[in-house]
Amino acid sequence: MADTTHNTHAELDAVSGQTTTGHSWDGIKELNTPLPRWWLWTFYLTIIWSIGYWVVYPAWPLISSHTTGLFGYSSRAEVAQDLRDLEARRDLQAAVLKTAELEQIRNDPTLLRLAVARGKAAFGDNCAGCHGLGGAGGNTYPNLTDDEWIWGGTLADISTTINHGIRWDQDTNSRMSQMLAFGRTGTLKAAEISTVVEYTRSLAKLDVANGADLAAGAKLFAENCASCHGDQAKGNKELGAPDLTDAIWLYGNSRAAMIETVTNGRGGIMPAWTGRLDPVTIKALTVYVHSLGGGQK
Amino acid sequence: MSDITSGKAPKPSLWSKHKIFETNSIILIIGILVVISIGGLVEIAPLFYLKSTIEKVEGMRPYTPLELAGRAIYVREGCYNCHSQMIRPMRDEVERYGHYSLAAESMYDKPFQWGSKRTGPDLARVGGKYSDAWQLQHLNAPRSIVPQSIMPGYPFLAQTDLAANDIATEMKVQSVTGVPYTKEMMEAALDDLRAQTDPDHPKAAEFAKRYPKANARDFDGNPQRITEADALIAYLQVLGTLVDFKTYDNKANLR
Repeated sequence: MADTTHNTHAELDAVSGQTTTGHSWDGIKELNTPLPRWWLWTFYLTIIWSIGYWVVYPAWPLISSHTTGLFGYSSRAEVAQDLRDLEARRDLQAAVLKTAELEQIRNDPTLLRLAVARGKAAFGDNCAGCHGLGGAGGNTYPNLTDDEWIWGGTLADISTTINHGIRWDQDTNSRMSQMLAFGRTGTLKAAEISTVVEYTRSLAKLDVANGADLAAGAKLFAENCASCHGDQAKGNKELGAPDLTDAIWLYGNSRAAMIETVTNGRGGIMPAWTGRLDPVTIKALTVYVHSLGGGQK
Repeated sequence: MSDITSGKAPKPSLWSKHKIFETNSIILIIGILVVISIGGLVEIAPLFYLKSTIEKVEGMRPYTPLELAGRAIYVREGCYNCHSQMIRPMRDEVERYGHYSLAAESMYDKPFQWGSKRTGPDLARVGGKYSDAWQLQHLNAPRSIVPQSIMPGYPFLAQTDLAANDIATEMKVQSVTGVPYTKEMMEAALDDLRAQTDPDHPKAAEFAKRYPKANARDFDGNPQRITEADALIAYLQVLGTLVDFKTYDNKANLR
């Protein structure tokens, strides 16, 4: 144990000119250096401030509730008010978006500008993750800037797609039709799949393997594929069956990719946005997507 | 103070008793513990008994075994280092992410994943925002799908079988901390885990009964195996989707 003496007599330190605390440990004495006055008073002020804070804001827990403060402040009420203010601000210019029909917005330059501005922001937050910031898609996510639509490119079609999603099973109004897995289910044998793939390549003016039996392919196509993709393979937007004669191949047009498509089927999934986004935002998104370049009448 | 600096002999006042603390470390430690306990009792303890701490909501249920396993992977991989799971009650956050998070939404999160650092976006309501295929591709190679992303890839998740044999024990631990897993749930944990990844599983109906409205499907696009990606995507897809906001009373829960 250190030799601890509690010298109660403060001394004046000759070197610094300060008094000591009167404590002495092993002969070492301690200078009494008080806290700066400004610091001390700031500290006292914060204590006084906290008392004011307790009175004005919700602070102390009680037995069954808490003190609510003089003005009943609530951060949740505040954000609700902020959101109402935001809506009011938007309404200054864009209240008409709430009631206007999609066609009307599309045809009125002022409304269109408002809807596109709002739609673009919402697109960046919610759609760009899959369709890309500019809407050009890629990676099995459809391009929204061209005029090739899987499920239709009219305002009404786009609105349905955004509201209810694609193959989104939590939404009963979602677009559910799905390509069959012809190979996996055993409907077509491997050789038949190759034959029908060669025939489909001929429709799309892609290179066809030498000696491919296109007549047999046409028969297989008519029996298995035409019911959705159509006799001319032009697709069917009611069923989300894409046009197979154009140059757009969401899942690739290599032989391997096409064989995989027929073997296991394809079917992208898009979430439904009803409930997640408010109706006006969905309207604005619809018009925005329609305006990206491929919107149809 | 004054009795020392003034040089007079000390009065035996309470003030001079501080020497007892200064010269005896055990007493000092006990003193510190007492002071901190008072702070804890006033600031923390009420949160456990005040009914208003956790909102009255409909739809909250404990995580399914598969989701719980996915959550363990989320924690293991340190996702919380970059992603928070708490939408704060502020206009910009609600505009971007949806309704602010409720205390009720993390009442079965032990430990919670609120976080305060966002290198990536908040994930409190990421459930149902993307398809399973998107989540899988994004976990495998984030920049293949979001070019500006700085998230590392986790391609090994989809290649690693989920080690789930101890999931019932994990549920037991969770139940000790207050998550209402029943004995039945723990006994059926492995069956439930498999049933969630396979809608045609013989126990699928029992699973759906124990965990109403749970997503049940193959999450990682590979029905032959139950991988870590299955578990993690199942967990991500349930985040923020349990509370039924149609029946939630915003006004009654202002605070």
